[in-house]
Amino acid sequence: MSVGAIRSVGVCGAGGTMGAGIAIVAARAGFRTLCHDTSTGALARARVECTAFFDKAVARGKMTAPARDSALAAVVPAADLAALATCDLVIEAVFEDLATKRALFRELDAICPPETIFASNTSTLSITEIASGCGREDRVIGLHFCLPAPLMRLIEVSPGINTSADTLHAAWAWAEACDQTPVRTQDKPGFILNALLVPFNNDAIRAVEAGVASPADIDTAIKAALGYKMGPLELIDLVGLDTQLRLGEAFYPITLDPRAAPPPLLRRMVAAGHLGRKSGRGFFRYDGNAMFGS
Amino acid sequence: MTLPHAPSYAPSYAIIAGGDSRAFPPGDPFLAGAVPSEQAEVLIFLAGAPFRSDPARTAILIELGCECLGVHTGEAAGEEGSNVLGLARWRNGADPPSPLVELVRQPRSADGAIAAARDVLASAGLTVVVVADQAGRIVDRLLRPKLNAALRFLDEGLASAHDMDVTCRLGLGYPEGPIERVQRGGLADHHDVCRALFEIYGTAAYAPARRAVVAAQRRAHGVG
Repeated sequence: MSVGAIRSVGVCGAGGTMGAGIAIVAARAGFRTLCHDTSTGALARARVECTAFFDKAVARGKMTAPARDSALAAVVPAADLAALATCDLVIEAVFEDLATKRALFRELDAICPPETIFASNTSTLSITEIASGCGREDRVIGLHFCLPAPLMRLIEVSPGINTSADTLHAAWAWAEACDQTPVRTQDKPGFILNALLVPFNNDAIRAVEAGVASPADIDTAIKAALGYKMGPLELIDLVGLDTQLRLGEAFYPITLDPRAAPPPLLRRMVAAGHLGRKSGRGFFRYDGNAMFGS
Repeated sequence: MTLPHAPSYAPSYAIIAGGDSRAFPPGDPFLAGAVPSEQAEVLIFLAGAPFRSDPARTAILIELGCECLGVHTGEAAGEEGSNVLGLARWRNGADPPSPLVELVRQPRSADGAIAAARDVLASAGLTVVVVADQAGRIVDRLLRPKLNAALRFLDEGLASAHDMDVTCRLGLGYPEGPIERVQRGGLADHHDVCRALFEIYGTAAYAPARRAVVAAQRRAHGVG
């Protein structure tokens, strides 16, 4: 399938933050975008999110009102998975679980035409393993978006072992058609971004654990020396300590990289309910929008 | 999050020059603020200057390379510490020094010495953090394993150098990616820092990546 043949895009898990973001990216680029989620409530909330995003884009002068109307018209709720039978590309952003994703692709294989490309937004799982047994392993590829998808231009494009060159080219061209910047990675744990980030964040936690410096001084040092906008501990607080733990638990058994193993302090903080911004306390304390060194 | 440190009073300081200082190279504005040593509350021994203790001073700073402060002061089973502190201004190879100064303390370092040193450096517009006397302090401890991993990923074909750098810039908002950073700083320089850290930590994360070893070997052969 060539990118010219991709006219209709399906998003599974469109009720989640990532799925809704991917739907916005596709609809904004003019693709008819069918949004599926097992929760109709989540799907309705995603529609509200899409509308709010496009309205804000118009208010900020990033988009014209007619373009907003076209994009919103392109977003079509699809409570029934069978509605995705008309899609040329289906992107899944469902729960990060191998069995769940494999089952979804097997089900979609029975619904979609043979030429439809399946893409996974996984951040931790193997594309080859997700594709295995789905019936069209040559037409499965990784398209890993970054949060928040409508604002971040990057897409990691990862072919599995059996992914065809045609599928890679079509997915790459589709990403470019969406005004995204694709980068190519091998099908390895964490691709590029998380393979570099997760161990780095763990190292920052270990530095706290080892008494190297306070969390505030660690973040200050990294920002001042390297020019990062956010320190590693502030970032972990933002994404959630439970998420960092989950990522480490996903990567370490596969890579056996000691840096990927969750540090004991991370486990203790998660057990204590110090999950970061979402719980009001992580490496820093949060009171409304204010942040205080912990 | 710490607020910018804005001292109301900056102690006077003297610079004791030695060899080549990476923290304050010739022409650095910080050097111009120094007073003669007999008038100074704080003495700063730049790299290569022979250090001598002086308990009468509020603080004494020793510019550090990759070594620990204890190399200069000696250690005493966790009870070490005095008015002598370490100072390291982070630089990526031959880049101009960053605004960051890692102020190295020991377990029994004098609080007054830390406060005075912080005031001297912050008054000059530098960003000061206080760090335990551990190898690599904060930045090299965290950065070097990441650069080694990126160099290894390059060898293993995970992605091209360009794609790794683009991923870090677009996906993480970094000003530059790991490969462009380590190449600009110099692979041989990265090798030297990693060797120093590996000697202490002994973990694979600090073992210099193959490309860094190659660069160091080429430098040794006079071709790098």
